[in-house]
Amino acid sequence: MPDLIQALQLSAPEATLAVGGLVLLMVGAFAGEKSARLVSTLSVLLLVAATALVVTGPLGRAFNGAYVADPLAVFGKAVIFLSSAVAIVLGDGWMKRQRIARFEYPILIVLASAGMGMMASSGDLISLYIGIELHSLALYVLAAFHRDDLRASEAGLKYFVLGALSSGLLLYGASLIYGFTGSMRFEDIAAYAAANPSTGLIFGLVFLICGLAFKVSAAPFHMWTPDVYEGAPTPVVALFATAPKVAAMVLIARTLEGAFAGSHDQWSQVLILISLISFAVGAFGGLVQKDIQRLLAYSSIANIGYALLGIAAGTTLGVQAMLLFMTLYVVDQFGFFAILLSLSRNGRPIRTIQDLAGLRKERPVTTLALTVLSLSVLGMPPLSGFWGKWAVFGAAAEAGYWMVGAAGLVASVVAGFYYLRIIKVMWFDPAPEQAPTDRAPLEAKTIAWGCAAFSFPLVIVGLTWLEPWAAAAAVGYGVG
Amino acid sequence: MVVTLQHYLAVAAILFTIGVFGIFVNRKNVIIILMSIELILLSVNINFVAFSAYLNDVSGQVMAMFVLTVAAAEAAVGLAILVTFFRNRGDIAVDHASVMKG
Repeated sequence: MPDLIQALQLSAPEATLAVGGLVLLMVGAFAGEKSARLVSTLSVLLLVAATALVVTGPLGRAFNGAYVADPLAVFGKAVIFLSSAVAIVLGDGWMKRQRIARFEYPILIVLASAGMGMMASSGDLISLYIGIELHSLALYVLAAFHRDDLRASEAGLKYFVLGALSSGLLLYGASLIYGFTGSMRFEDIAAYAAANPSTGLIFGLVFLICGLAFKVSAAPFHMWTPDVYEGAPTPVVALFATAPKVAAMVLIARTLEGAFAGSHDQWSQVLILISLISFAVGAFGGLVQKDIQRLLAYSSIANIGYALLGIAAGTTLGVQAMLLFMTLYVVDQFGFFAILLSLSRNGRPIRTIQDLAGLRKERPVTTLALTVLSLSVLGMPPLSGFWGKWAVFGAAAEAGYWMVGAAGLVASVVAGFYYLRIIKVMWFDPAPEQAPTDRAPLEAKTIAWGCAAFSFPLVIVGLTWLEPWAAAAAVGYGVG
Repeated sequence: MVVTLQHYLAVAAILFTIGVFGIFVNRKNVIIILMSIELILLSVNINFVAFSAYLNDVSGQVMAMFVLTVAAAEAAVGLAILVTFFRNRGDIAVDHASVMKG
């Protein structure tokens, strides 16, 4: 019995989210459609409470090693839960303005967060699979959330089909790994794989990596990303670009460096190949895009390539660089999407890059914020994106992959073209005859300016506590 | 003839391949894609149960139970999304799911 109590204490954040999500579902079901605002507020509070539980909670292992609460999980979950909360805040007002506000939106995000928490602290193949499915099923529904919109339902359908296929690949890999090592637990797999490397095990590992690469939208498994980014509702895309990516990256780090530390030679080759293809697809695919959200999809493919490079290094420094990169990237992405959500003309959201023309005269502060964010994602020093890339390329070079790092630098120069085009259109293109922009909603404006201010200059202060925290998270694998 | 682990693995691998091809080759109907996904998950279950019996370890069968449950949930979510798509589009042909290029 004391074991069970201890296990529940350790897994309190996910338990809180799961139970809280179900309670909120009851609230929504009984109070009806009017309760969207109330449920949103309570969901944000629930996520903040879960973050507090994560940060203050005990560390250790529970449920026979299936659930791990270590510094890596704490770091990942703090970022994941807070990003989910921001996505709810961004979505609430926008959904209401588009007249599709429903109380299910925040609840689905809460349930997805419970799944993402499971992913960040999974200690065996069963909890890995359950965590992935728990968050994927909620995200499929969220992608098709605007159910009267053809593009949203098409995005949901494509995401579902390819997501289910990737789960299948991942599971097939998991079954082979189980069969060839005789255990589901990462620790036992690590011990067995180090002693008896076999072809079947590597086969399973490659399947597993393919399935996970689908979830982080790394090329060549990125086919769903541009369509989903274009078709799904904008606040949902803001969520897709942040929390699930962090969760899947933490999971990849935990699986590869935890369960397969001995096979680094094999999986680092696969990851480097995926990174290189992602650089190329992200940089060159984005050049011809006109739709801003589609452009951000290609940008995210390239950025996932950088993050995977950190893991491919196979060192503690690499994991630390990946965590730092993802955190800074998440802030930049929220800035981008908050600006997209705050811009509309006559109630119609701005979609293409050309719609930004003449923004300098109408909305100078937002223009400045978007400029800062674009330069940051481009990797201009001393903005936040630069420090993330600096850390990742540094880790890759130290592990001897400096050629791959150089390819990444070339890709970010090519990608620089489309970020600079956004800036050029905003500042220098003449404004066509068009309706003036609507008044920006308070929450989107605040988040956009806050993220831009974090990109520069707050990041200099932020790094002084973020970096040691990421370092502690990268060192403390599977403590307890 | 004795049915060994290899036979089970071969059957599972064949079913898995049929499922993956079913998703990519099929150009007619989204329902067939749902069936292919189910086939993939069930082939994985054969793998898990065969390994579980071979290794004398129960966790593979536990995993198979979880996979069955998730497959049911996944089919429910997939059909629900398919219904919204059908309402907006009027048919469920795979080739017609292309409002957005890509």
